[in-house]
Amino acid sequence: MTTTAPGISAPPRTTPLRRGSLRGTALLVALLVLAAAVSMAVGARNIPLSTVIDVLFNPDGSEASTIVHELRLPRTVLALAVGVALGVAGALMQGHTRNPLAEPGLLGVSAGAAFAVVVGIFAFGVTDLSGYAWFSLAGAGLAAIVVFAIGSTRGGPNPVSLVLAGAAVTALLNALTQSIVLRDWETLDDYRFWVVGSASGRSIDVFWQVLPFLLAGMLLAAISAPGLNLLQLGDDVAASLGMHPMRHKVMGVAAVMLLAGAATAACGPIVFVGLVVPHVARYFAGVDYRWIVPYAAMLGGLLVVLADVIGRVVVRPGELQVGIVMALIGGPIFIVLVRRTKMVRI
Amino acid sequence: MATISTPLRIGVASWLVPMRAAAVTIAGLGVLFFLIALDLALGDFDIPLSDVVATLFGGGDPASEFIVMELRLPQTLVAVLVGVALGLSGALTQTFARNPLASPDILGILEGAAFGAVAVIVLTGSSGYGGGLVTGTLQEIGVPLAAFIGAMATAALLYVLSWRRGIDGQRLVLIGIGLGATLTALTSWLLVRARIQDAASAQVWLNGSLTSRGWEHALPLLGTLAVLVPVSLLLVHALNAMQLGDDSARGLGVKLQVTQLLTLVAAVGLVSVAVSAVGPLEFVAFVVPQVALRLTGGSRPPMLASMVLGACLVVGADLVTRVVLPFALPAGLVTAAIGAPYLIYLLIRTNRKVSA
Repeated sequence: MTTTAPGISAPPRTTPLRRGSLRGTALLVALLVLAAAVSMAVGARNIPLSTVIDVLFNPDGSEASTIVHELRLPRTVLALAVGVALGVAGALMQGHTRNPLAEPGLLGVSAGAAFAVVVGIFAFGVTDLSGYAWFSLAGAGLAAIVVFAIGSTRGGPNPVSLVLAGAAVTALLNALTQSIVLRDWETLDDYRFWVVGSASGRSIDVFWQVLPFLLAGMLLAAISAPGLNLLQLGDDVAASLGMHPMRHKVMGVAAVMLLAGAATAACGPIVFVGLVVPHVARYFAGVDYRWIVPYAAMLGGLLVVLADVIGRVVVRPGELQVGIVMALIGGPIFIVLVRRTKMVRI
Repeated sequence: MATISTPLRIGVASWLVPMRAAAVTIAGLGVLFFLIALDLALGDFDIPLSDVVATLFGGGDPASEFIVMELRLPQTLVAVLVGVALGLSGALTQTFARNPLASPDILGILEGAAFGAVAVIVLTGSSGYGGGLVTGTLQEIGVPLAAFIGAMATAALLYVLSWRRGIDGQRLVLIGIGLGATLTALTSWLLVRARIQDAASAQVWLNGSLTSRGWEHALPLLGTLAVLVPVSLLLVHALNAMQLGDDSARGLGVKLQVTQLLTLVAAVGLVSVAVSAVGPLEFVAFVVPQVALRLTGGSRPPMLASMVLGACLVVGADLVTRVVLPFALPAGLVTAAIGAPYLIYLLIRTNRKVSA
């Protein structure tokens, strides 16, 4: 395989101007809290901020209290969790494959989840969102394991093969999904709403359902992130510097599977977060993965929460699903970023 | 990679022949002719191969002449031409961007076509259930033209947005992804808002279909290929030099910007015409050049082999859809179902070799 990703043949030529810092982290955390607050305050019904805060800590069974606890709290928490998970998964994915175009969806995760959900709707008559979540967790996990098995050599996962295997498995699963959906309008009707990705209408139970997987994924991500700096030099150099590339890659890919799988299970496939956020994080944090990964986590959370809020506001009284908003805002921003800056190359 | 070219001399003329690529291309042509023959012979009414050949040369009975010449030949021809167009355009973009992920499906062009087509289907209610939201101009345009316009407009936008003192492969791909994601979001928004009948009909188009394609679909493809295939083949030398990096290519006398523009125009033209004829057959442009590369063992996806194998895949898909499957399934799903396992098999085999 000699048609390589641009990044492999072109090592970073310029020294990055920016680096991650504690000050930047503090700023991002503040923005995140602000975004979460806005998400709690904004909705179809106008509830004064003071009331929101009041009922948040003292639920009194009033209508405002129900709205805050049953509707806004779950979707804020979910949007935040999904954004963090997808941001981290994307950063790890791009780091491990050393391909700036890699995103978690390429591991077959979204396609596996979608196929499992469609099978759930079509064959098992599943209709509730927490039922979808189990199916999509299982589907995402299985698809990712298959991709991992195909894309690995004895020396561990091979970046280019992994991405190609992911694309192949995705295409195959999509074909299966579509052939069910095309034959059954009722399934299509449920599926077309699930597949755009949305944080609304889910109870907080969905969050508890996916939380263990998210935590496990974050733990693995935290362990494997520092090693990514060495892995950028290539497996041989990393190994000669005392690292175990194979072990690191298995850990990294497992983290991506857990995070992206859990995120898809919670809110459906939300595209673009895992792809864009690492580029933005790299723009602010430079080349050190010990900064890129936490920055990607916070930027991911920020982006998804804001997208969810915007979706509630723009087409009142209706709503735009977060996945759609994500792409409609993220796309143009991403294009401007790519145009304006010399992106830090991987 | 082992040496792949053998020098060939006839008198004073001499040139390098990539033997393995030539062998793959010729074998691919053999398979293609076999598949075409089967595609013409088999169907609801089977015609013996000898009668098919006789009919093609003007000597069959009227019944088989009608079936072969009027019903099957245009559709088979469309399948061949679409396969050639998609295979070649994938080889061009993957070579240009030096990235296996840079197939036209990822540059947002198919997404632009899809948005155009779905807008017409959903907004005019042209799925035949009546009661569209918009009639008039939009309905007049029709789905194929809307897809073509969508693809070309997206490509133009892509070029304008990527231009910054020249075109850089990586920037082009990243901006293409941004455009694609935005357009996909708009398409899914249309699908979520549409009536379920229109959504279902859009879904069929979105998966690519070869069913009842006629001469009116084949002719634009034929015209486009007649122009763009020679253009692409003339670009091979410059593209080979560009594999060494932009600076080396300039040093070797390649006119970088002309080559880049021509490559993109060729790739986009091929995809746009193909998608307007049969809808987005998503996997073909991506997988075929990669499979061809692994079979020929060169340093970049080979053009000729990609064209031939692309045609094989799409004709094969047409055959499977019409003859093998008990129920109708869009050809795009079949190309994925055939292409994906084959790519997986090749990956596993290559990986075994690497680790052994």
